[in-house]
Amino acid sequence: MDPQWCSPSPAMWRARRAVIGLLSVVVLLAVGLPLGFGAGAVPAVIGVAIVLTLSAGALLLVWRRYRTWGYAEREEDLLVRRGVMIKRLTVVPYGRMQFVDVTAGPVDRIFGLSTVQLHTAAAATDAKIPGLDAAEAGRLRDYLAALGEAKASGL
Amino acid sequence: MNDGIPVTSGGAPLPDEWARLHPMSPVIRAGRAAAGVATIFGIRSAAEHQTPWDAIAVFAIAVVAGIVYWSVTRWRVDGGELQIDTGLVRRQQVRVPLTRIQGIDLVRPLLARAVGVSELRLVLAGHGTGSARLAYLHEDQAVAVRAQLLALAHGLDHATPEPAERPILSVASSTLVASYLISPRLVLGSLLVTGSVIVMVLYPKQLVPTVGPVLAIFAIFLLGVARQAAAEWDMQIAEAPDGLRLRSGLLQTRAETVPHGRVQAIRWVEPLWWRPFGWVRLEFDVARRRNADPTEEQSAMTSKALLPVGSRAEARYLLGHVMPGATGELPPAAGVPARAVWRVPLKRRFARVYVDESYIACCHGRVRPDTVIVPLHKIQSMRWSQGPWSRRLRLGSVLVDTAGQRFTGSARFRDETEARELLARLADLAHAARSRTTC
Repeated sequence: MDPQWCSPSPAMWRARRAVIGLLSVVVLLAVGLPLGFGAGAVPAVIGVAIVLTLSAGALLLVWRRYRTWGYAEREEDLLVRRGVMIKRLTVVPYGRMQFVDVTAGPVDRIFGLSTVQLHTAAAATDAKIPGLDAAEAGRLRDYLAALGEAKASGL
Repeated sequence: MNDGIPVTSGGAPLPDEWARLHPMSPVIRAGRAAAGVATIFGIRSAAEHQTPWDAIAVFAIAVVAGIVYWSVTRWRVDGGELQIDTGLVRRQQVRVPLTRIQGIDLVRPLLARAVGVSELRLVLAGHGTGSARLAYLHEDQAVAVRAQLLALAHGLDHATPEPAERPILSVASSTLVASYLISPRLVLGSLLVTGSVIVMVLYPKQLVPTVGPVLAIFAIFLLGVARQAAAEWDMQIAEAPDGLRLRSGLLQTRAETVPHGRVQAIRWVEPLWWRPFGWVRLEFDVARRRNADPTEEQSAMTSKALLPVGSRAEARYLLGHVMPGATGELPPAAGVPARAVWRVPLKRRFARVYVDESYIACCHGRVRPDTVIVPLHKIQSMRWSQGPWSRRLRLGSVLVDTAGQRFTGSARFRDETEARELLARLADLAHAARSRTTC
């Protein structure tokens, strides 16, 4: 099983980075300023160091998660892989797709990203591809919908 | 109420004109709805030696609501559709194309049996049995309507008699009772109760408050077990050209059809405590919508057994009927590697998987090992997963999803490469199986 893997757009990494960065700055101000004025320099430095370490850890985690996302279009099915701690690989035959939905949250929209999710008749199917360029998401949606129709088979 | 719509009487044929349900329906509906509330009120009033006015009021309101519901509900068969209009405030018009009917369940609650009426529930793909129902019709009429609707659904003339069915299996009630009695739930529960009673006798004063709740919990527990056993009571399995007919029930009886090819997965359960007797339980799963309505949920809970308890030969026979060529007894060679003992110390023994041209069967569990058998052409998606601990041990799991709600075929903690190969092979086999069945 060694198909052509596609990755989410680099904009997804930028979006995640921006969110973490923004959050870190807010938390830094919220922690650093009161400590600096209230408790003196040493606690403030410790607080800031802790916050910075946490953000660095979060960044690393998000980076690794971003790297593991992938999808591959094969002849009869779509593969989606993900996961850092728990690695997962999902195979969805095109004929089994009930519908495809494309969603984009506020942050995703700023960076021009969308999430494509595949639904089958099974509730447990967890085929989701986040962080696609809007154009690529649209292409994938149309492509999958067309294939789903062509290869559809009953329950 | 008297606007010229005839009340359907016993044995009448399928109505072309609008018809009402059985005139006793409101009482039965009210009885079912109010029974619980009335019991509570009734007990309290009896304890206070008063007339249970509030209970009577609740029942009366329920009856009035039932009469209103009955008077605004009408149904007919017209233009190849079953049409049901209902609702006073929020009008609901159900139109079921007859060709879409997958099956019809005949349900008779205790009260309905006493009066001699039945409920028809239409099974539609993707909707379960919740959306279209006729409650209640006269018993004879219900049987006739069911046969005629099914004949129309298969594109035959409505006068075609119901295809003959051949009884193939019935479950002895003694076996069913025995199978429930030796389950650890009941054995442990009984020990718990015996212990509590002994404690109560020895130390009557101090421990009553602590022992009381234990007994109450056990009583609730027992009620659940009894309900399930009552639903599976006197199971009769018959074979008809369109599928298997299951009939069961002690208080509320239910006759349902499991059409060929609609079963998504079968589970073969062989608890350890049944092993000395060689008993097996078979459960089946059909495609249902998520979050079906509550009554449907309940009936789904109680009707899932294909064979509540039976010998291995019976289970094999029945499985062969529903899924020809499938097996529920996997060869031990298909086990997991020895190093999986670090991940699943106890469950390793029964973790097996078996794949052939048409089916995948996965077994897991220790105390209650169950084997999920999925026809390859029913597979909706396949998943491979590996947690951090499994990665150390080079193990991987393969999961198989179906449109059913209950069972997921899971071949857990296989050798990593074997699991990868299994996934790749499954994808190909499932594709081949799908193209075979659609052609």
